[in-house]
Amino acid sequence: MTVSPRTRDIHHVDIGTARLIVAPGGAAAALPETGIGSTERRLDGDDKVTGRAAYAGEEMPPGTLHGVLVTSPVAKGRIVAIGTDAALAADGVVRVIVPDDMPALAAPSVPPVAQSFVPMSDTSIRYEGQPVAIVLAETLEQAEHGAALVDLRIEAETPTVFETAETVTPRTEGNGYILGALDPARGDAEAAMRDAAATVDAVYVAPTRHHNMMEPSATLAEWRGGALHMHDSTQWTYGVRYALSGLLSMEPGDIHVRCPFTGGGFGAKGYVWPHQILAPLAARLAGRPVKIALSRAQCYTGSGYQPVVRSRVALGADADGRLTAIRHDTENVTSTADDYVEFGNAGTRSLYPAPNLSLTTRIRRADVGTPTAMRAPHEGPGMFALESAMDELSYALDMDPLALRLANYAETDPANGKPFSSNRLRDAYAEGARRFGWDARPRRVRARREGPRLIGSGMASAIMSTFRFPASARVCLTRDGAIRVEAGAQEIGTGTRTIFPQIAAERLGIAADGIEMVLGRTDLPETGGTFGSSSTISVGSAVADAADALRARIEGLADGTLPPREAWPALLRENGTGELVGEGGFSLPGDAPFDAHGGAGEHSMHTWGAVFVEMAVDEALGLARMRRCVACYSAGRILNPVTARSQMIGGIIWGYGRAMLEKSAMDPRSARYLSKNLSGVHLPVNADIPQEIDVSFIEEHDPHASAIGVRGIGELGEVGVAAAIANAVYHATGRRVRDLPITFGDLVG
Amino acid sequence: MENFTYARADSPEAAIRAAADGAVFAAGTTELVNWMRLGIVAPPALTDISGLDLAAIALADDGATLTVGALATLNAVGTAPPVRTHAPALAEAALKAASPQLRNRATLGGNVLQRTRCPYFRAEAAGEGRMPWPCNKRVAGSGCVAREAPFDRAALFGWTDDCVATQPSDPVVALAALDAVARVQGPDGIREVAMRDFHLDQQEGGAATETRLAPGEMILGYRIPVDAAARGSAYLKVRERESYEYAMVSAAVCLDHADGTIRALRIALGSVAQKPWRLPQTEAALAGAALDEETVQAAMDAALRDARPLPGQGWKPRLAANAATRAVMMAGGIVR
Amino acid sequence: MTTRPHDHPGEAMPATRFVLNGTDRAVTHEARVTLLDLLRERLGATGTKKGCAEGACGACTVLLDGERVNACMVLAAAVHGREVTTVEGLAAADGTLHAVQRAFVEQDALQCGYCTPGQVVSAVACIREGHAGSEVEIAEWMSGNLCRCAAYPQIVAAVQQAAAELGTPQGGASGAVQSTAPAARA
Repeated sequence: MTVSPRTRDIHHVDIGTARLIVAPGGAAAALPETGIGSTERRLDGDDKVTGRAAYAGEEMPPGTLHGVLVTSPVAKGRIVAIGTDAALAADGVVRVIVPDDMPALAAPSVPPVAQSFVPMSDTSIRYEGQPVAIVLAETLEQAEHGAALVDLRIEAETPTVFETAETVTPRTEGNGYILGALDPARGDAEAAMRDAAATVDAVYVAPTRHHNMMEPSATLAEWRGGALHMHDSTQWTYGVRYALSGLLSMEPGDIHVRCPFTGGGFGAKGYVWPHQILAPLAARLAGRPVKIALSRAQCYTGSGYQPVVRSRVALGADADGRLTAIRHDTENVTSTADDYVEFGNAGTRSLYPAPNLSLTTRIRRADVGTPTAMRAPHEGPGMFALESAMDELSYALDMDPLALRLANYAETDPANGKPFSSNRLRDAYAEGARRFGWDARPRRVRARREGPRLIGSGMASAIMSTFRFPASARVCLTRDGAIRVEAGAQEIGTGTRTIFPQIAAERLGIAADGIEMVLGRTDLPETGGTFGSSSTISVGSAVADAADALRARIEGLADGTLPPREAWPALLRENGTGELVGEGGFSLPGDAPFDAHGGAGEHSMHTWGAVFVEMAVDEALGLARMRRCVACYSAGRILNPVTARSQMIGGIIWGYGRAMLEKSAMDPRSARYLSKNLSGVHLPVNADIPQEIDVSFIEEHDPHASAIGVRGIGELGEVGVAAAIANAVYHATGRRVRDLPITFGDLVG
Repeated sequence: MENFTYARADSPEAAIRAAADGAVFAAGTTELVNWMRLGIVAPPALTDISGLDLAAIALADDGATLTVGALATLNAVGTAPPVRTHAPALAEAALKAASPQLRNRATLGGNVLQRTRCPYFRAEAAGEGRMPWPCNKRVAGSGCVAREAPFDRAALFGWTDDCVATQPSDPVVALAALDAVARVQGPDGIREVAMRDFHLDQQEGGAATETRLAPGEMILGYRIPVDAAARGSAYLKVRERESYEYAMVSAAVCLDHADGTIRALRIALGSVAQKPWRLPQTEAALAGAALDEETVQAAMDAALRDARPLPGQGWKPRLAANAATRAVMMAGGIVR
Repeated sequence: MTTRPHDHPGEAMPATRFVLNGTDRAVTHEARVTLLDLLRERLGATGTKKGCAEGACGACTVLLDGERVNACMVLAAAVHGREVTTVEGLAAADGTLHAVQRAFVEQDALQCGYCTPGQVVSAVACIREGHAGSEVEIAEWMSGNLCRCAAYPQIVAAVQQAAAELGTPQGGASGAVQSTAPAARA
């Protein structure tokens, strides 16, 4: 197979980043040599490629016991008895903890606790895979075998699954999973649909999927006196502290959580799951440190999932393609304990203006665990539906799909009429189309064939809410002249160990390399979780503020001007000062604890993108593969083109997974996932992915969302991709797939 | 998993004696370790045969027979020049199995003994009473619910109400099409088993018995007759992922052709039954026929008319017929 | 179990001696212990990661006598008398990174870093095997290593960069594997 020179070059990081930031109009922006916006490589790269980076549970204090959770093989019922004799008689087994051993816990606060039902707090069984006992042993193998020897007597009942559950309106009161109005409406969508020149009306399904992060969740709990120390794989060290503080009725300050590296999470490690509650309890009962690492199978029931979202979308448009009515009804599966709501119509609220709107948001309670946020929550599954429907409408109108989007461009947020904090989507459409060569696309379907393959192209818009949290940070000038940045935030792969030093470096007018970054501990300045694309915007702003404070203090010692870097240690000595500390913070209007898309402020905050995909479909073999993808985004200022590009490529590949591979199918009788392993659940592999993934951002500085011009990017990359792929498959074949993933039965002919 | 004893065997005979005492043969252990983890088997003893001298790959002096030792790894089989030249379908099947890492451990002897990927069979259920659902292979007589499941890898042929599992191996399909013969040794000596008959479908062996290998018998290697059709063989694997994935269907074809006419054809379909599914009537019908897509497709469509797809998998016979057709076209150099 | 006197008796607690990253190691362990758990839980060699423990992700890739294998699928007892190289054994004694490690950093072929040690070890073998001849070949021969952050194009670029620096051996016969991909990367 030949590789064209263009394909050869495009992946190369320097070439990929050289054209990454484009001015409106398409000229590549010059990247600075150093500091923010430069192609600084990951500062923790060496630690990660050598195996030095230590993940949760990899450093065990002496005497650590291995804990293995015994989980329920049935989804609904009651524990009648748990026989522990055989397990206790096995070599190395030290203790078997059963529900009777559990202390009373205070009511969980959801979130940060992920689900309001704490397993083992009573004898009920509410989902398959629920922990029912814990075996503690000297070695991992002994604990695993001990877990197999525990004798479970369970009175089982027939479980309910999504397909058999009733559709209901979620509880809103006291429900921490409500992020907006359930049923926003304006005008009369039904009447407008009747009068429309063209309409579409269909049901789209984005199935249940799991995070499948490479590091299974793990935690190590150790009691030192009355204080609890956790080395935990989490996206939110402070969340673990607050969750356990509430449940165990402990002072937050007595709970110390550290997580210097998180081996992926994508939402699975955002909130606090049963193993993080059970490990400290087990350690207290055993009087020894306890490490619990979930098995891969346990990850499917132990840390949430993105619930199936079933969307009905109806659109009406006038003859010029302007939307006159939008209807988007969504429903998702949730547990019997918590009304987790996946707002599948979140993006629909703010993407296209239409005078008539009718949205509903519903759930179905089943005997399954509580879902949780997963890249990209809400907009991810929902935009597959809306952007597929837009594609269908474009054919109904005989209109170019991109032209249809442009005919419905929102100058202000249709949800509330507010101006956007910054929005370059129009430029992103233009630049993406130019790079992809969209103009050369034939209008009709099945128009292009290469040997046994049909070639098609499709596009979709992407939109993602901007989430922000308050944050604090510290930037220190040490006695020997080094700079240290401190924040409680996590490093999960997004590059925080690189970005935060870059921000501090720019504010201090120095190079980022050599700055020490300390993060992932609750004895560091408090931040929100590393999720919702919120870290750079929130913690980054706090780091900038702290660096400014430090700079002011240095200038204060030097008569108001910043001396050269090499003079800083002497300056400290001359003034008899020890370490010089700059404290910084980022707060939200009204000191809110959380803000989604601008909240109560004057500006609406979102990120956007335009995604273009080319697919090749071999109908005889039922196969579709992505040949190339071009995606251009409006997401605020880009701090590091290298890490930003990687994150967007990752998101696009997640979108490929959603479209073509991923589904956590459930056996309807047992309410157990059909496969709880990485051979039965298909994630993209290297050979699935073309080299030609072309990512770019429109040059932009958002003056409202943060102190540093940024919004967020991590979730955005996933959005729109599945729709663009399904739309390209339709263009190639004339086959419209509304139920993901696209598989043999959809294509073979 | 329960602990076991571990010993290295220094001869096939020693290993076979150990097996007679309850030990299980261990070579690459890429399946065995998983079976033990899942709770499928719990052997008291392992006899490690990986040090035995059974890894050779050679073409006999007369050029008519290729021999491959049971301990040859899949990567060794896939890259060995004699295999690539004289039985390319086997080389391709070996290299399309699993991953590069697994292929450095997995052996051609162990590979043919791998068991179905049916998720009901593969349930993580170590421990008494932990099976979340019935499966006749896991708990005899418990039943089979895979027939009505959201699951698309069920058999098209040979299945019964007791079990709809398929054999997932890639090399098995190539070996069957190549008319390979396995040499197996047991307590009573050495015998040969044709690979097209080595595996049993459910109508032949029920849910539990999957091969003709007797307890305690060990595969020593394979003898592959080399003819023009073997040298002109090809393997096509169709799967969701481009790599590191079991087949949805696969096809191995041995083709001898000249001047646009099929002289000899042998074809085996993979992942459509609990054994590689040879199509003897189609092979005979196409001998002497024109090597063109229309002719071959018509013959394959006819061959798949007997398929019994489960509800929701009605597309699978067409996919299998198309894959078989494409494999013939590949072997004939007509498409890539 | 009974064994005849002339056969090797099986051991429930085999004593395994092997060379780990150039150093002799001797460990007595239960027969059921895998190489992966031996490294991580007993020898403190936690650079090798556990992603699935069933040969489905590649995070535990190590070199066994120079060949890449999944350490989760290898019984510890089976490495007796053999050589194991993990990610900790790739850099020079003075800490200078291996060309593959450097290329991974330069091409940004990592994010969270959890699959990275397995990717790096696998890439070292991929290049030595002669499977770094083209982007398609690299992607195929690096597909035994899942990366959920999905740095796949960058990983291919890193392997290409390192292969160019190290020199690619000739004769990767398996480059001829046919692709079912519809004109993938064509």
